[in-house]
Amino acid sequence: MATANPTLQSPGPTVGSRSFFAKLKEGDEIARLVTFVFAASVVLITLLLVYELWVNSVLPRQKFGLSFFVTQVWDPVMDEYGALPFVYGTLVTSVVALLIAVPLGIGASIFLAELAPPRISDTLQFFIDLLAAVPSVIYGLLGIFTVVPLMRTVIYPALNKPLGFLPIFKGPSYGVGFLTAGIVLAIMVIPYIISVSREVLLSVPRDQREAALALGSTRWESTWKVVVPFARTGIMGSIFLALARALGETMAVTMVIGNTPKISASLFAPGYSIAAVIANEFTEATGDLYLQSLIGLGLVLFLLTFVLNGLARILIIVTTQKGSKVAN
Amino acid sequence: MGARLRWRKFVSNFMLTMTGVCAFVSVIVLFLILGYLVFNGGTSVSWNFFTKLPTPVGETGGGMANAIVGSAKLLLAASLFGVPIGFLGGIYMAEFSGSTIASIVRYSADLLNGVPSIVVGIFAYSLVVLPFKHFSTLAGAFALGLMMIPITLRSTEEFLGAVPRMLREGAMALGASKWKTISTVIVPAAYRGILTAILLALARVAGETAPLLFTAFGNRFWSKGWGQPTASLPVMIYTYAVSPYEDWHRQAWAAGLVLLGLILIINILARTILSRGIAVPRG
Repeated sequence: MATANPTLQSPGPTVGSRSFFAKLKEGDEIARLVTFVFAASVVLITLLLVYELWVNSVLPRQKFGLSFFVTQVWDPVMDEYGALPFVYGTLVTSVVALLIAVPLGIGASIFLAELAPPRISDTLQFFIDLLAAVPSVIYGLLGIFTVVPLMRTVIYPALNKPLGFLPIFKGPSYGVGFLTAGIVLAIMVIPYIISVSREVLLSVPRDQREAALALGSTRWESTWKVVVPFARTGIMGSIFLALARALGETMAVTMVIGNTPKISASLFAPGYSIAAVIANEFTEATGDLYLQSLIGLGLVLFLLTFVLNGLARILIIVTTQKGSKVAN
Repeated sequence: MGARLRWRKFVSNFMLTMTGVCAFVSVIVLFLILGYLVFNGGTSVSWNFFTKLPTPVGETGGGMANAIVGSAKLLLAASLFGVPIGFLGGIYMAEFSGSTIASIVRYSADLLNGVPSIVVGIFAYSLVVLPFKHFSTLAGAFALGLMMIPITLRSTEEFLGAVPRMLREGAMALGASKWKTISTVIVPAAYRGILTAILLALARVAGETAPLLFTAFGNRFWSKGWGQPTASLPVMIYTYAVSPYEDWHRQAWAAGLVLLGLILIINILARTILSRGIAVPRG
């Protein structure tokens, strides 16, 4: 009775000895119950989200099973649905994005954490935070009107002429396509990589650097051979985080990928992504199977980002804790 | 040996310079974006843009008054839904919960935070749009509010947890009940930080487009109430940008400039309030 709330963390000898009714009168129990309801509703909403995605995608699961993921046909007229072109498009654009964003992001975070004086570092980080706040539809807008023309006039000729014999740089360019979407995605995820990597690098204990410098290594050697390996897991975490963002990104990709459900080796070819097809076709989906196939795609997207976010969080926590352990 | 050392020093200087270049390139993007938006949209932001309805296809002129009001309504309703859940849930997490429940709630919130926005749209569609059988402002607000919950919750928890123990003990020693302590001492001590987080959450969902596509949908006219579909700035930018009309492109730029301007202003205000350091005295 007196220990109606044994988990009470706060100090004070009076707390334990007050009766339940006294606490009720003072509002403590009511407050606890009310706030509990709100906290619990967060869990309920999350469960409900998973449940809704699952039950509303039962038809394609029954009809196609796992072949849903290896079928290339997406034909609403014949009521045939295969996710392969979208899965392909999502993966290719995300990989392109990471290939561009990871070196740039890690380079920038090294500069911010190791080289720049705190004031400059903080100012730049402020701009990076603002960059992360730019909505994706704005990136899409700039993608359509600046990156797409740039693609046609500069990037395509530059890559197609010398490297056109490679399948990935073959064929004509329409401006929109996998590469364009990848570039826009890269610009979007760089701030995430920088912010997290910078934090992870800053958590590397000072003596690690000093020890390396004392052994006669140059500034770069101490950074690249000591500090970065120390923070490796956390940097991996930041990359996973960025990958999860890239996979789930909708608007910017929809606006520049070309929206053609085709699998092409060429990065210049137009394609489609999971999020883009949901955005474009959801309101037009007439049949149940059509709509549920789209929701099924949403479920796939959810599971992918769920796994990646989980991994990312574990990696980041492991690294920052390693830092504080060594420091103490 | 001398040559080798010189080489190592050269590599060091070169690579460190490159990291600087990376940082410069990454940050310059922000100014390029702003510059492009001002250059392309600056001349189109006029009085008409804020006061007129969109004109029919093919007719030039008109504005986005309905989308601006629509966005404001969506954000208001989203805050009314998302902020109380996040805030009160956060109070429970920081002040009342045991570690098991706290970790379950924290895990759910992080999960919810990572859900792609288009999937949030699907959820709002199946939960709000389907039962009522039509798109509505409320459905859009539900989707946006949902996205505000995890940010509000986690930051409330964090900022309340950072309030110095002494304040808590002082209130308790004066005989205040736990709730009294929370409501008159702890929350006021942390409110700046929490407010910042809520503003940032608001700024984030203000630009969200994907969850609105099939919840709030869109509307060429004034929305007739909370149960009706409504236009919103982000969705307008999207539809206008992918349209084939020159005049719509012009307006998309203008809308983009207005939207980004608002979001950046909220961000800068919120972040400077927080970084002034009076927000959370660490004890």
